[in-house]
Amino acid sequence: MSILVDQQTRVICQGITGRAGLFHSQQCREYGTPLVGGVTPGKGGTEIDGFPVFDSVMEARNQTDANTSMIFVPPPYCADAILEAVDAGIQLIVAITEGIPVQDMISVKQAVDASGSRLVGPNCPGVITPGVAKIGIMPGYIHQPGSVGLISKSGTLTYEAAWQLGNVGLGQSTAVGIGGDPIIGTGFNDLLELFEEDEGTEAILMIGEIGGTAEIQAADYIRQHVTKPVAGFIAGKTAPPGKRMGHAGAIISGGSGTAAEKIEALQAAGVAVAESPADMGTAVQRAIASRAAARQS
Amino acid sequence: MKIHEYQAKQLLAAAGVPVPRGIVARTPEEAAAAFDTLAGPLAVVKSQIHAGGRGKGRFLEYPDQPGVVLVRSADEARDHATRMLGQTLVTVQTGDSGKTVNTLFVEAGLDIAREIYLGVVVDRESNGPVLIVSSEGGMNIEEVAERSPEKILSEPVDSGYGLHAFQARKLAYQLELSGTTVRHAERFFPKVCQFFLDNDCSMTEINPLVVTTDGELLALDAKVSFDDNAMYRHKEFLELRDLSEEDESEVRAGKAGLSYVNLDGNIGCLVNGAGLAMSTMDLIKLHGGEPANFLDVGGGANVDQVTEAFRIILSDGNVQAVLVNIFGGIMQCDTIVEALLEAYEKVGFTVPLVVRLEGTNVDIARTMLEQSGRDIITASDLTDAAQKVVGTLSP
Repeated sequence: MSILVDQQTRVICQGITGRAGLFHSQQCREYGTPLVGGVTPGKGGTEIDGFPVFDSVMEARNQTDANTSMIFVPPPYCADAILEAVDAGIQLIVAITEGIPVQDMISVKQAVDASGSRLVGPNCPGVITPGVAKIGIMPGYIHQPGSVGLISKSGTLTYEAAWQLGNVGLGQSTAVGIGGDPIIGTGFNDLLELFEEDEGTEAILMIGEIGGTAEIQAADYIRQHVTKPVAGFIAGKTAPPGKRMGHAGAIISGGSGTAAEKIEALQAAGVAVAESPADMGTAVQRAIASRAAARQS
Repeated sequence: MKIHEYQAKQLLAAAGVPVPRGIVARTPEEAAAAFDTLAGPLAVVKSQIHAGGRGKGRFLEYPDQPGVVLVRSADEARDHATRMLGQTLVTVQTGDSGKTVNTLFVEAGLDIAREIYLGVVVDRESNGPVLIVSSEGGMNIEEVAERSPEKILSEPVDSGYGLHAFQARKLAYQLELSGTTVRHAERFFPKVCQFFLDNDCSMTEINPLVVTTDGELLALDAKVSFDDNAMYRHKEFLELRDLSEEDESEVRAGKAGLSYVNLDGNIGCLVNGAGLAMSTMDLIKLHGGEPANFLDVGGGANVDQVTEAFRIILSDGNVQAVLVNIFGGIMQCDTIVEALLEAYEKVGFTVPLVVRLEGTNVDIARTMLEQSGRDIITASDLTDAAQKVVGTLSP
């Protein structure tokens, strides 16, 4: 079992004729993802490396029965691409693109929330259900199948976490990169809910960072609704205030959004927080062990 | 991207937001002439730097000279300008080293009845723009929020329509504005919100917003910053960028497509990915070291970028050791090592270099490192890397 991506997933790539879009479509296909075609307006009717190309998402969906779209469209056109996918009734939209203007995301977010579609990202590595399918840019082999639900704002830190989980004999049910932008589609709480309901998930690892309050809201949500063991890590303890640390959303502004306040909130909600980024794998073990101990007593 | 107060006011004025009359001065003579042109009994001479706290700030060279000063004659304007231009202003926001003042803004004095706070930002909880006002004008809004949150009033801004007139009236009445001032607020508030929306701002702050004794509203100070991701559709604003306000190394890194932030420590870091780069800083600190920088080379770094990254790190005189932490994904470890070795040769390392590699093609990459004959310390995992790099600094 898993969340978001399973045996029914059928993927198209918006921006498939671009360099990154094509490369990662090939990588996904190699991993076993049913990547059934792509969309580039004006190039409909052609084929690229065996992938049929369509002019519109609607046409691609009608011809291929795709229910998922992976987006590699450049930032100035990416909001439009997401809205087109929403309009075409795509269920899961995974936007990899980094650098979308915040105001574009405000209207995208409103449209997505009012629709039946789910957006993951933008500015994220994507979603992988190990052994089933990957939709995004993560190296597949790092992720072992297993029972830990992984949620992360960061790309390479997700790989690090997946690798550490592998070292302690744990795999993932599904790993989701939610992205480091100020406005994103699917957030921590949405995924905590899905992982809590998913029978294939036994524990959850959430990786956050400085900026915003999403981790604090997640702590509230965990306290109220999550019964499964949760471990966490927050990046940016040493980040100075007022400076953007790579991600558009990773900024401590007006003294709020610090790592310290997020760690405190998570710990208060019973989350096993890794002090060092080297201990994310063992923090999950710790969370599972302490829950097991609590059950026995 | 941040701009200066005088630039922000010129843009706001063009958008129909009332601002005081003001003139830019870059020499003491221009400051004196500006006073005469404004022809009032009073004028204010204001240092133009990006940091706040200018009024309470003082100059390193003239410890009695404030960064913002009231003057009553052209001679006074000239005298103060002489002690401000080219000098170093230190405020609570500049750090101890301060900022050089290259430009002054001379503004007509106002008869002030009240000062209000007004700001527009994107609220990450409601996922939309929000207009914030407070009766505590001229104060640091974060301190007000902390001390008396009931004094912070806000209204969501419809990103398609802008602020509705009723919302402006609602806030005006809550602020206990009266008579014609409410009518002014009905126009002023929506215009600032529209400015924010039209120009892809990350922040538009008017603090203080002044109510004059005549009941009019004027933007006495203005802080505007733009969303860097949206600059492609506002190319005209790029001319407003003042590189002298930014960290030299950060500007250089930006040109090379690297994300870099200068810090105070002595261990330089080169990492792929923002989250891992932040974590690497935290890791160094956890093991008793101090990170000298944040540096994310991104997902597709090439030899030129890695070389430039090393050069930027080593140009920081505080750096006594460097930690490279790479988790190869699609970006293969051997590609990184190839770039690393070439950069090592080009840059000429004089400080210890610790390298931790993991991920795609890590075995090939490790062999390449070993066979290179370079004096590079390799580490097996994050903890090992942190211990080794901190260890190189021990006496």
